[in-house]
Amino acid sequence: MPFKIIASQCTGCSACETQCPNLAISERAGVFLIDPEKCTECAGYFDEPQCVAVCPVDNTCVLDAALPRHREPA
Amino acid sequence: MSTSAQNQVSCSGKISETMQVMVKHKGCGTIGGSGKASCGSQAGIANLPIEIWEKVKNHPCYSEEAHHHYARMHVAVAPACNIQCNYCNRKYDCANESRPGIVSEKLTPEQAAKKVLAVASAIPQMSVVGVAGPGDPLANPDKTFRTFELVNKLAPDIKLCLSTNGLALPDHVDTIARLKVDHVTITINMIDPEIGAKIHPWIFYGHKRYTGIEAARILSNRQLQGLEMLTARGVLCKVNSVMIPGINDQHLVEVNKAVKSRGAFLHNVMPLISSPEHGTVFGLRGQRGPTAQEVTALQDSCESEMNMMRHCRQCRADAVGLLGEDRGAEFTMEKIMAMDIKYDEQARKEYQAKVEKARTANLVAKQEALARLASASSEIKVLVAVATKGSGLINQHFGHAKEFQVYELSTSGAKYVGHRAIHSYCQGGHGEDSKLEIAIGAIKDCHAIFVSKIGGCPKAELIKAGIEPVDRYACEFIDGSVTAWFQLYLDKVNEGKINHVERVDAAVRSNALTSAA
Ligand code: SF4
Ligand code: SF4
Ligand code: SF4
Repeated sequence: MPFKIIASQCTGCSACETQCPNLAISERAGVFLIDPEKCTECAGYFDEPQCVAVCPVDNTCVLDAALPRHREPA
Repeated sequence: MSTSAQNQVSCSGKISETMQVMVKHKGCGTIGGSGKASCGSQAGIANLPIEIWEKVKNHPCYSEEAHHHYARMHVAVAPACNIQCNYCNRKYDCANESRPGIVSEKLTPEQAAKKVLAVASAIPQMSVVGVAGPGDPLANPDKTFRTFELVNKLAPDIKLCLSTNGLALPDHVDTIARLKVDHVTITINMIDPEIGAKIHPWIFYGHKRYTGIEAARILSNRQLQGLEMLTARGVLCKVNSVMIPGINDQHLVEVNKAVKSRGAFLHNVMPLISSPEHGTVFGLRGQRGPTAQEVTALQDSCESEMNMMRHCRQCRADAVGLLGEDRGAEFTMEKIMAMDIKYDEQARKEYQAKVEKARTANLVAKQEALARLASASSEIKVLVAVATKGSGLINQHFGHAKEFQVYELSTSGAKYVGHRAIHSYCQGGHGEDSKLEIAIGAIKDCHAIFVSKIGGCPKAELIKAGIEPVDRYACEFIDGSVTAWFQLYLDKVNEGKINHVERVDAAVRSNALTSAA
């Protein structure tokens, strides 16, 4: 259950919010957060994590190393 | 009353004088001399079909002449984007800067509709509402279309406008037509994917991120397809292209042909804005923007193919007001919530009728000036700058201007070639001297500057720089005044009183071609 958003880099553009198949992403004060309980790394839906794919700022949606991986990297 | 309305009143003496020689105004006059349909870049109904003229005549972006009289606003309801461009960085908000993608406040569709009513009530010449980001309106289709539905319902006299990168366009063409969106602008920087890959590092399409040439190919196909579909449905389309020296500058002539053949109405070549402090890929990489002359030369080489837009200000995604006069700060959500908004369509119509009178008078003055010039024959062409607050009048003090409008004068009249912003943004602390230096540098290619008033010191400095400061046409129409001046200039040259010399290129900084806030 591992993706997280680096808040200091997030532009608050909301692109990721609508793409997440698990509705794991929400806004708080202009910054977007991923609910680790809901994030499945997009397993079962897409080959690549949608928040990473759509985010205009590279390295902003990243794996949360503090949490165990949901699935093996492709 | 708004400041621009006050200006109109204080200058109205001239208007009514000229009104006496007013001829019947059928939307505009055919421009003598050039004899060419040029409704996008210049005034005139020329050869345009009447239903197209009706669509463009009060749109400040589609008609150069209308931009002196009518205002537009952008509502920032579209934060998400589906492509990346090397010239864009949305993680940046500078209140003093005019750049696409910049906003101070994101709005919900309901807030946007409220803002539209507030602005339309305060600025009766506001005729167009656009969604232009800060991301891509069609990557946020629900918010964008909901906004349009609300505006249609609450303020049916306002025209709708949409600006998109085109990736999602083919999917939304029917909705655009159904919601009576009048105009769509598509940003098309290339038709060659190899070039596209240097501008757009990736796209997000069909739940997947594509990169490189593959991404650019998909993007280009979707853009051209969307353009074709829209023009087939009778929606007016403008194409914006960002001119990036060394990457697509030569190629834009091909782009121009491609979009023209697909029915684009107007092509707008805009200079790349790239300063390192903007944090864009191009900015950080040191990619330079084009000079004023490079932009004009490219616009000229495309103009034989189709109308070129030359008065774009590369507005913020939340800009409000006349082009070049951003009043966004007056309409923050906080201020709007405190406003007592009364949308009065009738009052707007009455005000606009006054605007139409002034506009007609301006066109009459223009035609008279042209008629007078018709006898002169000379190869000489000069550029002149004008300080104006709108209404087609020379009505701004030199020291108050944030930009100058530049016209090219020849015996076929005055042709608008662009504008020069003269403030350096986000860099406060400039002394008056350096501001004057910047202002003079920005119009170094001009022979004269027309203002309503000017102080003694800047006057002397301008003369030293070889630019004639002209204040005797204060509050008069631009077209008539500059051509009258030009006629005198030609006379003096012919009589040997002055020597005509070509001037140098202007010292245009990377962001000096865009508007001050
Ligand atoms: S990886 Fe997929 S599931 Fe997880 S937050 Fe991102 S989009 Fe949602
Ligand atoms: S896509 Fe990236 S920048 Fe946009 S809201 Fe999500 S994390 Fe933030
Ligand atoms: S960016 Fe250009 S086309 Fe768009 S509103 Fe501003 S002036 Fe008009």
